[in-house]
Amino acid sequence: MPRSDTATLFAEGTVGTLRLIVYLTLAVAVMVLDHRGQYLQVLRHTASLAVEPVYRLAAFPSRLAQATRTAVATQDQLASENRELREQLLLAQARLRRLDTLVAQNARLKSLLEAQENLGLHVQFARLVNVDLDPFRHRVVLDVGEQQGITVGQPVIDATGVMGQIVEVLPGTSIAMLVTDPTHAVPVVVERTGLRTIAYGSGLIDRLELPNIPISGDVRIGDRLLTSGLGGRFPAGFPVGEIQSISTDASGMFAAALAVPSAALDRSSEVLLLRDQPQPYGPPLPEPMSGPPADLAGPGPAGTQPGEPPSP
Amino acid sequence: MNRHRLQLWLFAGSFAFAFLLQLMPLPQLLLPLKPWWVGLTMVYWAIEAPERTGLGFAFLLGLTGDALTGELLGEQSLRLLVLVFIVLRFRSRLRFFPVWQQALAVLALFLNDRVVILMVRGFAGEPTPPLGFWISPMVGMLAWPVVFLIVDDLRLRLRGSD
Repeated sequence: MPRSDTATLFAEGTVGTLRLIVYLTLAVAVMVLDHRGQYLQVLRHTASLAVEPVYRLAAFPSRLAQATRTAVATQDQLASENRELREQLLLAQARLRRLDTLVAQNARLKSLLEAQENLGLHVQFARLVNVDLDPFRHRVVLDVGEQQGITVGQPVIDATGVMGQIVEVLPGTSIAMLVTDPTHAVPVVVERTGLRTIAYGSGLIDRLELPNIPISGDVRIGDRLLTSGLGGRFPAGFPVGEIQSISTDASGMFAAALAVPSAALDRSSEVLLLRDQPQPYGPPLPEPMSGPPADLAGPGPAGTQPGEPPSP
Repeated sequence: MNRHRLQLWLFAGSFAFAFLLQLMPLPQLLLPLKPWWVGLTMVYWAIEAPERTGLGFAFLLGLTGDALTGELLGEQSLRLLVLVFIVLRFRSRLRFFPVWQQALAVLALFLNDRVVILMVRGFAGEPTPPLGFWISPMVGMLAWPVVFLIVDDLRLRLRGSD
């Protein structure tokens, strides 16, 4: 590289300000374009052939560590874990028994109501690919993708509650946003009172924020939050969290509560993806115009409909 | 020729390794402590091999990084551009700093980088991240001597072996 003799410790060196400005403008232009039109999605989709193996590669050490831990776990540990699981199974079975009666009762009531649709839960099993995309954005990578029929917007749940939703689908993997992501919000209902509100992600893995509860609203510490089904993204009735503390917000106009998410957001390694999108939300579609055919209609009065041509 | 090729492999390999480290999972508590490995590698090569790490390279590397981890295409490009520009500007001085002084410079660079992120995310309308957001530059400073010594050692070895 040719070096001029005039180079000093404070010389401009090899980079000029002009080139910096050009590249900065380029970067900003790319960001604006992407923010407006979500082009990153398209690019990542095309680049996913290269991206997915990198994810697997990055997750490999942790999988190895997990496998090693299982391999060298002592007999004692395994035995105690086994006992614990047995107890949990027993508990779960007892609950199931009770559920069975409820299901029977529900079926009876539903047949009385002549309800048509059955509420069977169509789910798909998925595993987490252990990759950290950004510590301050709560997103996880799942090992199922387009090839398994995953679509953007599918709710992700685990055994204990709602985890989040799919925000991006690549051919063999997909990315889910957790309910605690600062840009996530889920419509909830307080189980005890039926009060509707919205739970926002806080950016902390063990906390949800409910900043706008009416000051007169009946909310207590320990109340369980369920999805309300409004908004059309999450089906109704899945546990979201439990109220941990209540205070008033800065303006004093609303009560603000903090909740602990029900799902084991930082511990689950297997999740379920709900197949059925919930019922669409909003008023039903308008019925098609009905009435006599246009050629049968007599000559209209002076004020004919603006949309229709006057009949001959 | 062979030596030159080995150097290129080290150059490319160090960035690939940095990206893998960036993606590697950590326990929840340690997550905010993760330093910006790609940035550290970039600072090293900008100091030692400025003819390879121009602004164009930083831009493309940033796009690669965004395709891997990013939410917004171009964010890492902008961060790397700012980083590389400052390093190249002050390269002649940074080169002859002792390692601890370089580490302080890295701290300043990475704090500046956090400000750049805040600006970008602020414009994109995202909420301000929690305080833990500011820990990573400190860890970056502590990690700098390690990165510097390892990569420098490898580079000198490759240069020595003919």
